[in-house]
Amino acid sequence: MPFALLRYGLRRAHRPFDDIPPTPPLRQSYDVAIIGGGGHGLAAAYYLSHHHGIRSVAVLEKGYLAGGNTARNTTTIRSNYLTQASIRFYREAVSLFGTMSQDLGFNVMFSQRGQLTLAHSEATMRSFHLRAEMGKHAGTGVEVVDARTVRELCPHLNMDEGGQHEVLGGLWHKDGGTARHDAVAWGYAKRAAEKGVEIHQRTTVTAIRSQGDRVTEIVTDRGTIRAGQVLQAAGGLNGQIAELAGFPLPIRCFPLQAMVTQPLKPFLHTLVSSANLHTYLVQSSRGEIVIGGGSDPYQLASTRSTFDQKEALAQGALHLFPFLHNVRLLRQWAGITDMTPDYSPIMGASPLANYWLDAGWGTWGFKATPVAGKYMAETIATGRVPDIIAPFALDRFDRFALLNEMGATAASH
Amino acid sequence: MPDTQRLPAPWGSRIDRARQLDFRFDGRSFSGHPGDTVASALVAQGRWVLSRSFKYHRPRGPMTFAGTDANTLVQIGPEPNVRADLRALEPGMEVSAQNTSHSAERDLNSLLGLFGRFMPVGFYYRSFFGPGKNSWLKLWEPIIRKSAGLGQIDPGQPPASYARRNLACDVLVVGAGPAGMAAATSAAAAGAEVVLVEADPETGGALTYGRNGQQALAQARAALEASGVRVLTGATCNGWYADNFLPVLQGSTLWRLRAAQVILATGTQDQPLVFRNNDLPGIVTASGVQRLMRHHAVRPGRRAVVVAGTPHGVDAAEDLAEAGVAIAAVLIPPEASLPAELRARLTGRGLRVLTEAHVTEARGKRHLSGLVAESPEGRETFECDLAVIDAGATPGYQLALHAGAKLGFDDARQSFTLSNLPEGLRLAGSVAGHHTPASVVRSGEIAGAEAARALGHEAPALSSLPDPEAAWHRTYPVPAASKAGRDFVDFDEDLQVKDIANAVADGYRELELVKRYSTVGMGPSQGRHSALATARIVARETGRQVGDIGITTARPPFGPEKLGLLAGPLREPYRLTAMHDWHRKAGAAMVAAGNWWRPLHYAGKAADPQAAIADEVRLVREGAGMLDVSTLGKLAVRGPDAGAFLDRIYTMAHAAQPVGRVRYCLMLNDMGSVIDDGVAWRMAGDDFYVTATTGAVDRVFTEMSLLNTQWRMQVDIQNVTSAFAAINLTGPKARAVLERLGGDIAVGAADFGFLEGRSGSIGGHPVRIMRIGFSGEVSYELHTPRSHGLALWQALLEAGAAVGLRPYGLEASRILRLEKGHIIIGQDTDALTTPEELDMGWALSKKKPYFLGKPALDKRREIGLTRRLCRFVLPVEAGRAVGESSLVLRQGQPVGFVTSVARSPTLGQVIGLAYAHPEDAVAGGTIRLRDRKGVERAAKVVAHAFYDPDNKRQEV
Repeated sequence: MPFALLRYGLRRAHRPFDDIPPTPPLRQSYDVAIIGGGGHGLAAAYYLSHHHGIRSVAVLEKGYLAGGNTARNTTTIRSNYLTQASIRFYREAVSLFGTMSQDLGFNVMFSQRGQLTLAHSEATMRSFHLRAEMGKHAGTGVEVVDARTVRELCPHLNMDEGGQHEVLGGLWHKDGGTARHDAVAWGYAKRAAEKGVEIHQRTTVTAIRSQGDRVTEIVTDRGTIRAGQVLQAAGGLNGQIAELAGFPLPIRCFPLQAMVTQPLKPFLHTLVSSANLHTYLVQSSRGEIVIGGGSDPYQLASTRSTFDQKEALAQGALHLFPFLHNVRLLRQWAGITDMTPDYSPIMGASPLANYWLDAGWGTWGFKATPVAGKYMAETIATGRVPDIIAPFALDRFDRFALLNEMGATAASH
Repeated sequence: MPDTQRLPAPWGSRIDRARQLDFRFDGRSFSGHPGDTVASALVAQGRWVLSRSFKYHRPRGPMTFAGTDANTLVQIGPEPNVRADLRALEPGMEVSAQNTSHSAERDLNSLLGLFGRFMPVGFYYRSFFGPGKNSWLKLWEPIIRKSAGLGQIDPGQPPASYARRNLACDVLVVGAGPAGMAAATSAAAAGAEVVLVEADPETGGALTYGRNGQQALAQARAALEASGVRVLTGATCNGWYADNFLPVLQGSTLWRLRAAQVILATGTQDQPLVFRNNDLPGIVTASGVQRLMRHHAVRPGRRAVVVAGTPHGVDAAEDLAEAGVAIAAVLIPPEASLPAELRARLTGRGLRVLTEAHVTEARGKRHLSGLVAESPEGRETFECDLAVIDAGATPGYQLALHAGAKLGFDDARQSFTLSNLPEGLRLAGSVAGHHTPASVVRSGEIAGAEAARALGHEAPALSSLPDPEAAWHRTYPVPAASKAGRDFVDFDEDLQVKDIANAVADGYRELELVKRYSTVGMGPSQGRHSALATARIVARETGRQVGDIGITTARPPFGPEKLGLLAGPLREPYRLTAMHDWHRKAGAAMVAAGNWWRPLHYAGKAADPQAAIADEVRLVREGAGMLDVSTLGKLAVRGPDAGAFLDRIYTMAHAAQPVGRVRYCLMLNDMGSVIDDGVAWRMAGDDFYVTATTGAVDRVFTEMSLLNTQWRMQVDIQNVTSAFAAINLTGPKARAVLERLGGDIAVGAADFGFLEGRSGSIGGHPVRIMRIGFSGEVSYELHTPRSHGLALWQALLEAGAAVGLRPYGLEASRILRLEKGHIIIGQDTDALTTPEELDMGWALSKKKPYFLGKPALDKRREIGLTRRLCRFVLPVEAGRAVGESSLVLRQGQPVGFVTSVARSPTLGQVIGLAYAHPEDAVAGGTIRLRDRKGVERAAKVVAHAFYDPDNKRQEV
């Protein structure tokens, strides 16, 4: 038994850990205001307060802490993308997850059990080869494996030999894994708050006032504040918040659904996903099987679940693992994803000089939490966009300098 | 072992005592009767411990006998997580406890309970990540994964068959208790088509196990039977989805039910009382003990204490007394508002009634042995082996909340309430707060009549009846945390009062955060017993009201549902061309293309398929071959605006396209990227026959239909893909084959030129022929009604026998097109490919003001090309390890990749297409490829088609 628990157990009474301080009254002004108390906003607050000495920070969260997409994603962490810019960026994310528990003193349960993506067609094999070549060039742990290796990595998988969805091979990403999503946000919140960052839950931004090219005031339902710099990191509400700030973002919202079974003894070690079947599965530390897939086909800003998506995910899951038919589903939920045309995020400058963007995270936001927070904090602190996030600038859509991550994103998240 | 035994009739309405069923639990033999559940049979034989708790491995037994607690989850054969109190007993069942070491009765892991104080709420966030960087993954997670999880998965278990059926009705009534039966009967009487869904194996609800329900039950059933209502029993309505779509699970059938009106008569959910050791086996809800006696004739104990918080507890006490169970005491909590007449019923039987009494502790090891209570008479310990807890109930709110209803809290009655019901949804019975029997039934009649009236039927307007008993019902507070702990709030997750309070103290003040941090409500019973208690503790700890705290968002499903049921029969949809069987008989290797199957090659069992494929290529280059292209997408675009419509959809000019001509079609998306291609043949002024690629046609058809709706043009679009079989006949001798077959179409070069279309008859088969092809040779693409496909195929083969005509497959086709330099959309393009990158500027009309993607394309043109698709050649040896997706490098950086590559049998070289830097992608340029072995290769770029660059062969 670890020492910390022993020490805890031998104390007489519970000494509160005080992870998240109660919401304080709003002050009139802050050095930095962060709109959105999800993983990204909290990570940025952490890096601002710990690495840049900026402690006068208000995190404004409409609902409860990290209750949006941070709470709803299926926790995949990986870097097997297609473009060099993305691979470089997400590779640093994976490595930051590697030390996060130690860095924060909070167990985020990063579990690098590897991600196996399946190919059921030659076209998919071609795209895997490309991702593997690009990944190897950028130095990430990714390789194309044949059907026999797939069987070794995932012994109970239905290979569907001779069938319509025969497994021809796979993309094996040994660096892929999962982490406990809530813990990531809580860990950042706890450590940021220790340095004086204020976390304001149940605080809705209702207007953003600017003069010339600078934001001057942020109006909330609990009062109006001034801030030298503003970071927008509002997940599914990014489009609406940008409108408050007075400019449009090239974002469309689609619901993304997921579901989870009752807990079972371990049988699935790796993350398994199939783009052709629009399904992926991962077994959590608790033993639940988390099942997810692609976004809903129609634009909608709603977190209501649908039945047909659940049927489709069940079909995909049972195609891959037919013996799961007796396993029972316990919960189903949805998030609102802010999708960009090239399936890549928007980070950096906005049309306003002191207003910074961390948006367009679609279905790939959780895994970027530490790295986005780190470099957005650096951007705000120095007023300069670091090279690693420069390719994700908003103006790339005007320049058509797009990052084609559609294929590397489908049903793998 | 607790002293339980069977009661004589009339107890036991569901069991057939005459027959005995044998089964096993944890390796020991048991028996029961038909009509028993697994749990009732075990309890009848004194076996209460069915499981061990999640964290501390405490012994757990059935609590509600209604399938709502996780204590009864067992493994039956290969099936994990079966609710033993719902599953009907079958002979020979192999039942075992889950998550135990040895057995439920003697679980070696129960030692974990001793270490409870070292496992505070959220303890896993504080520890388990050292000493090294990988300690969580390598050391701690495997231990936790092994100890977490309930059932075992057997990868070898056989498949089962599941059915999926659609059902539509006027009125759906959920719950066949007295209110639901009345609602269904009254809606049906008014003329509505009604479906009544009941989770129990029979209708009646509480009438089947409550006191004095028999007469009312018989009457309600008779009325229901006469009304023509369709009743589904053993069926759980498991969620509400938009527009009154409600899935219903019944055995191995999933009913997908759509109702115009929905009435929820879902009853209530008994709540446990929080006190130390409130999880001991032998502590049962009031309705649970009544079910056990009336349904299964099980006398659940020898000596009982009853906590009567509402009239149900009084009923249960009377039932127990009549069944011969000694009643140590009936405890009435201080907050109760039971009238004197009810208390008199108990004292009239000579029972000892203690008012203002509250339970502080239960005692016992593997089973309850005593209950400690405090009352004005002092603190007293009652020896007992059964405790019946009636602490009130919460409404069955789940489905209503799925539908968007609002949950409130009535402080006077200490009860959750539902409001803001959406249109087309009504409540009836106790879920709506009715408790007096007449009032309950009337609420059902009113809901049924209202639903019928909403559908246009005539139904009597009834007024509701007084409900004096409602005031006697309430729920009970959660006491402060017991110093010694083990006062459980959430049985599934082993959470005690202090755990919830400590979660709040740790900073998790919002209910959602409390849930996520402590995992309260996340177990198999999904908060049915813990939600109210949690809300009370969080309210107390944060100084807010219970109504402000509420419960976490309720989402479907209502109860656990099998993946097999959701997935249905799992039949893979597939599509076969008219010639499919012929291909198979001819030894073709088939390959899946979406839902279609296509011949890859006809090598049969030949040792070297590559040689056979090369033969097929030679066949087309030197003689004649034919390819089944039936899977091609085919669209009929007709109407006065057809030409104008296609002008907007595709990049070339179609409004001006002459009748009889075939024109290439290129489709872009709103980013200006290439997404599909095909051809359009203008068969008449207002009639175009359009092809699309196999994989994209459904998308193209959907997009066209959507745009047609927006643009409101005079166009009709039909997807006729499966109506036609199609054959591409190609090669220098192709024309001779058609001439030999004969018909009313002149196929000579002078009469039927390249990129023209003709319709008529060939060899007696109606055909549409286009002079188009992918191979670079003279080609005729014959489309014929599907019913003629096979006959035309065979007629062609026969007519072509003399010139050596044979079929070829997809592999040869890919090589042929590559030799000719044609691209395949999706293989040689990606999400950002523009026509200019493909050197296909010729396909962009310069005159049209608009086509899909033109604005973006114009903008992208200003930026200039960043890459270009080029044709490259390599000597065979050097190109051996160059594969599709090999990178194209420039100064060590990737600038593109190979999209297609093959060894050309015709040219004796490796040829391919690749994206490269625009400066390199010019005739005579050199590109550097990194092959699969990591070796860099320099390849020469050629400007023109590898084969027949001047098109002398295909256009003759």
